[in-house]
Amino acid sequence: MAASIQSLCAPSSFSTTKSIDSKRFHGRKVGLLEVRSDNRTKCGSMPVRCKTGNLVTHAVASPAAASTASSKTGHEVLLFEALREGLDEEMERDSRVCVMGEDVGHYGGSYKVTKGLAPKYGDLRVVDTPIAENSFTGMGIGAAMTGLRPVIEGMNMGFLLLAFNQISNNCGMLHYTSGGQFTIPVVIRGPGGVGRQLGAEHSQRLESYFQSIPGIQMVACSTPYNAKGLMKAAIRSENPVILFEHVLLYNLKERIPDEEYVLSLEEAEMVRPGEHVTILTYSRMRYHVMQAAKTLVNKGYDPESGMRTGGIGASLTAAINENFNDYLDAPIVCLSSQDVPTPYAGTLEEWTVVQPAQIVTAVEQLCR
Amino acid sequence: MSSAFAAPKIIQPLNFRSNEKPLFDSVKSSPTTSFLGSVQKLRFSSKIPLTSSLNCRSVSSNVFAVSEVVKERKSKSSVSPSNLLITKEEGLVLFEDMTLGRVFEDMCAQMYYRGKMFGFVHLYNGQEAVSTGFIKLLKQADSVVSTYRDHVHALSKGVPARAVMSELFGKATGCCRGQGGSMHMFSKEHNVLGGFAFIGEGIPVATGAAFTSKYKREVLKENCDDVTVAFFGDGTCNNGQFYECLNMAALWKLPIIFVVENNLWAIGMSHLRATSDPEIWKKGPAFGMPGVHVDGMDVLKVREVAKEAVDRARRGEGPTLVECETYRFRGHSLADPDELRDAGEKASYNSRDPITALKKYLTENNLASEADLKAIEKRIEEEIEEAVDYADQSPAPHRSQLLENVFADPKGFGIGPDGKYRCEDPKFTEGTAQV
Repeated sequence: MAASIQSLCAPSSFSTTKSIDSKRFHGRKVGLLEVRSDNRTKCGSMPVRCKTGNLVTHAVASPAAASTASSKTGHEVLLFEALREGLDEEMERDSRVCVMGEDVGHYGGSYKVTKGLAPKYGDLRVVDTPIAENSFTGMGIGAAMTGLRPVIEGMNMGFLLLAFNQISNNCGMLHYTSGGQFTIPVVIRGPGGVGRQLGAEHSQRLESYFQSIPGIQMVACSTPYNAKGLMKAAIRSENPVILFEHVLLYNLKERIPDEEYVLSLEEAEMVRPGEHVTILTYSRMRYHVMQAAKTLVNKGYDPESGMRTGGIGASLTAAINENFNDYLDAPIVCLSSQDVPTPYAGTLEEWTVVQPAQIVTAVEQLCR
Repeated sequence: MSSAFAAPKIIQPLNFRSNEKPLFDSVKSSPTTSFLGSVQKLRFSSKIPLTSSLNCRSVSSNVFAVSEVVKERKSKSSVSPSNLLITKEEGLVLFEDMTLGRVFEDMCAQMYYRGKMFGFVHLYNGQEAVSTGFIKLLKQADSVVSTYRDHVHALSKGVPARAVMSELFGKATGCCRGQGGSMHMFSKEHNVLGGFAFIGEGIPVATGAAFTSKYKREVLKENCDDVTVAFFGDGTCNNGQFYECLNMAALWKLPIIFVVENNLWAIGMSHLRATSDPEIWKKGPAFGMPGVHVDGMDVLKVREVAKEAVDRARRGEGPTLVECETYRFRGHSLADPDELRDAGEKASYNSRDPITALKKYLTENNLASEADLKAIEKRIEEEIEEAVDYADQSPAPHRSQLLENVFADPKGFGIGPDGKYRCEDPKFTEGTAQV
């Protein structure tokens, strides 16, 4: 059973523009808050009237019906195990799926996402590459053009900067410049984002660089459930997909269904429906937002948070403004990380990233 | 400088004049100069000894230049077909392919100056022996990867001249629907994997195609002996991707042949001014694969070397690095004034025109008559004229084509404001739908 739980939520797209389902905004006064962890700070906010809500005791909505049905069955996994399950199932299902990357084989992956796959499938299906990101990414692209379905792992998303030539020029473009003759069904994945004092170069957020490449799809996962579903969807997709994982989320635990399921790459997940404020976010920020939501709810707000399992970018704000200007009660507020290479010191690092308290303040300001 | 050089003079690094005579006096390319005009016979032992780079030099006493072999054969006996390197049929195929390449490129120049094609156009005149020498040995399932100087590689591999010409004119009937252009020739049918604008970019892609071939054989257990030939220039040999791929190809014994078209110039940068050790073939053994240097102006020599390299790859013995010494008769592109290259150098390579040389070989060895060859030339000229007419009359791409091939699965454009997938809007690919 392939379940897609996104029926209620904010659909979004990746390539150059984003969009929000207009149905949600009909007849309601809403403020819009964007929480991102890329390096761009955005505009401020203006006061807006909003309804004071009733006190809600549960800040986080339970996921939609499909997965509650299986909350008693299913099995508990950590996020990296969920990714591995997705990868394993796809490799089993289609013998053209292979993995390439540094230390993915014998070492099992630096975050254990590929642990056990090399003994199971062999060294040629789980390829330990030399340290040559640009070339092995290009190799993956050439293999994809000639019939395979590689999953290319960047040990850290930041390393993919070295592969940018291949990702931008070949991955994104070859389907177009070849007039549609060649498809590039690769998945490029890896952990990124700010970890625990990993230093500036290991804490990069590359989403903003990649999002302007036409021809690739970007997805970010944030829970074990969506990690597995998105991994499977990405592998099955004929498009090149970049799957962003977050270094701090690998050990999240969740119960996921035993049955097979694949998520949609183009839809977002509604985490918590609400009335007053819409908060859009992705990846690790989801948890900060949820925490903030708890606080806000207790203060009388009813925030709706949509996890966008899609790409991000400055154009999100632009797209919302363009399409839904009438529906907006206030200009969009965007919270994002500071424009700074992530410092090493723990205290400084904390201030680089958006924290729940900031989200709460922003929402309160928006709703004033 | 390496002691393998016979010529004693060393280039002064600060000397900006690029037409100094020292290292290669191209006018007298005697077989004793180890750089020019010499051919190292491939060492096809299954294990490459660790000292192979040393062996290449010490083994030079066993090495014989193919040109000398041909001379020997010719002088030894009167001409009998069994002594020749090719049969009549093969000879005519080679002649026709090189003529096709030459006439096509000349026509491109004409069309460019008449305003029928635009942008960057890089012509292959003079290098035809390399393309023909290698590609005519391949089967359809084998892959070819090239650079921006890719028209003739596509033609040799079998892409119809009219499809290439249309592509250059930017018409919808082009091999890439007009979306690629001169530097992005692709053909799924003929396994031409591009056409790349940045140098070095295609080498990893070629490595990937070779990887697929090995994967098909060893994982999918299919009967696959497809090889990949990657063409690139001397400038690319200073680029990281080249070395990274030499490493991976040798490591995994991928069925790939790396063909360096060393035409001594990267736009205006002389190979000697850019490279610490200009003998590119030597870099093969450093990675554990044979490195061969061959006279790229002689299609028969190229073909001999190519045969062994391709057979080696097909047998699963791994990659080969072949350096073809060749020359482009025109500038780097049609926009290049080509002022830096010495007239003497150009003249000497012009006198080694591969098509003239093959013609001479065929007629002197009675493999073909002048009339046969003239007939082929005429046929090719007509084919190219027809290709131009076809391209002229073809329609330009329609607006609806604009966004059509951005995603293989157009759902990738996402969901629009109305809640439906954008690609479901029939006007979406025009780029005019509300986004």
